[in-house]
Amino acid sequence: MSESKWNRGVAVVGVGLSKFGAFKEKNSRDLFVEAYLDLINSMHRYDPKKVEAFYLGNFSSDQFEKQAHLAPILASWVGLSPIPTVRIEDACASGGVAIRQAALAIASGQYDVVLVGGVEKMTDLEIAAVTEALATAADTQFEVPAGFTFPGFYAAMASAYMHEYNAQRDAFYHVSIKNHSNGALNDKAQFGQTIRSIMESKKARAAQKGRPVPEWEDEIDFLSDPKGNPMIAWPMTLFDCSPVSDGAAVALLVSEDLASTFTDTPIYLVGSGQASDGALPERETLSSIPAAEEAGRQAYHMANLSPKDIDLAEVHDCFTIAEIIATEDLGFFERGAGWQAAIEGKTARKGDHPVNTSGGLKSKGHPVGATGVGQVAEIWKQLNGIAGERQVPGDPKIGLTHNVGGTGQTCVVNIFERRDLNG
Amino acid sequence: MAEFSMNSKDFFTALETDQLIGSHCLDCGAMVVPQRGICPRCLGSNTEIVSLSGKGTLLAFTVIYVPSLMMAQAGYDAKNPYCVGVVKLDEGPKISGQILDVDVSQPESIQIGTKLIMTTIKRGGEENEKTYLGFRPV
Repeated sequence: MSESKWNRGVAVVGVGLSKFGAFKEKNSRDLFVEAYLDLINSMHRYDPKKVEAFYLGNFSSDQFEKQAHLAPILASWVGLSPIPTVRIEDACASGGVAIRQAALAIASGQYDVVLVGGVEKMTDLEIAAVTEALATAADTQFEVPAGFTFPGFYAAMASAYMHEYNAQRDAFYHVSIKNHSNGALNDKAQFGQTIRSIMESKKARAAQKGRPVPEWEDEIDFLSDPKGNPMIAWPMTLFDCSPVSDGAAVALLVSEDLASTFTDTPIYLVGSGQASDGALPERETLSSIPAAEEAGRQAYHMANLSPKDIDLAEVHDCFTIAEIIATEDLGFFERGAGWQAAIEGKTARKGDHPVNTSGGLKSKGHPVGATGVGQVAEIWKQLNGIAGERQVPGDPKIGLTHNVGGTGQTCVVNIFERRDLNG
Repeated sequence: MAEFSMNSKDFFTALETDQLIGSHCLDCGAMVVPQRGICPRCLGSNTEIVSLSGKGTLLAFTVIYVPSLMMAQAGYDAKNPYCVGVVKLDEGPKISGQILDVDVSQPESIQIGTKLIMTTIKRGGEENEKTYLGFRPV
């Protein structure tokens, strides 16, 4: 670590995920318990009595479930009272910030063992009410009154990006196709189907109902047809947008020296950065997210690593354009080269820079507060070689998470490393 | 512009009389919209409210088919989409607004760089009517 002010290192010793999706029968505490049980199963030696604090990433259970003050409830529900609990709200970056805050608390020496959770239960509300709730993560005084929606913000960024770099719209479709092909290999994913299988099932349904069967030649053809893939906010279509989701994720963070008492396969948090920004009109550029670049810069600096050292990344693809911009903000590709890289498959599992092997927010789902913690779960699996069919080849050792709140008002980047016992 | 304060609400009060206000830093000269008591460039607090021309250039935009609740109530939907964008004002700062009088049936035809002039838009019906900022091509 170079010039880090952290007093000691931090390790992740276990992760857990609920299934992501839309679950009428479950509330946020049920989802959290599901993820917590998955955590216990992922660990070799877990003792709940050693947990000293609980940090929860949650955007808005107040709006989604009419339940504020969620952190102590969740801690109590898994028997962890009376440990101190904290709920962190940084919109869609709540989970990533919770990871970072827990790590800072351990690095400071205050705690040795901290449980981090992320949860969101979004599907109880009607879709219009969900959209209104999400809009509160933007500037409701000056941006929302213009008529913007969240897809609209990212669509406007896409228009600036396309204009600046002469990018083709097909690039967005390639991100969607790639993330669905990864999500199809993830049993926790909300939409774990490839775009091809979605296309084929739409054809089959049309045939079954005696309607004319659409003549889509391939996935791009299907995604380019507004009948198969309606426009939400030009140029962002339905299949450019992450879904509304329910889900929970947890991770157990401990001081580096204690890692081996919990697990034989820890990963280490070697770099962390976070930055903030004003609303879109306040920025110098609309074709990148400056706070993400800054958070990445901090994380690389602390880890003494550069973008070429990153074996895989989970990035915040709330919309397909966001993934393309992320791959540039994080330095995987030059400015303006991200869209071409997406078309060329460089971010695929077997590409030079694997991105969103979990399926990303697009396919895995985006239960807002859980997303940043869920990203760490994927990095854990990939670095430990237990990601099954979607395992990145070549024995990856370094993984990065990139979590964005709003349109980049909050950005957090964390870098994790696996250290071989004999290395 | 003594009649307006730095409070956010006054930005909309000014719009009711078709005025677009911002603030000007007396120390470094930065222009900001909406108006603010602290200059984001030099961080000084020596700012004054100024009236802006309302002229600008389209920097980024979208045509929205799935509207926000407010815009749905204003009559917009997938068959009647609307354009919203980020506009760079001639004085320098940027602001968001609905973009009127562009061909929303062909978003590809809408050009970044289009010269715009401000307008005001009433939404919310008789009971909750409020004035919002919009732009249209010059």
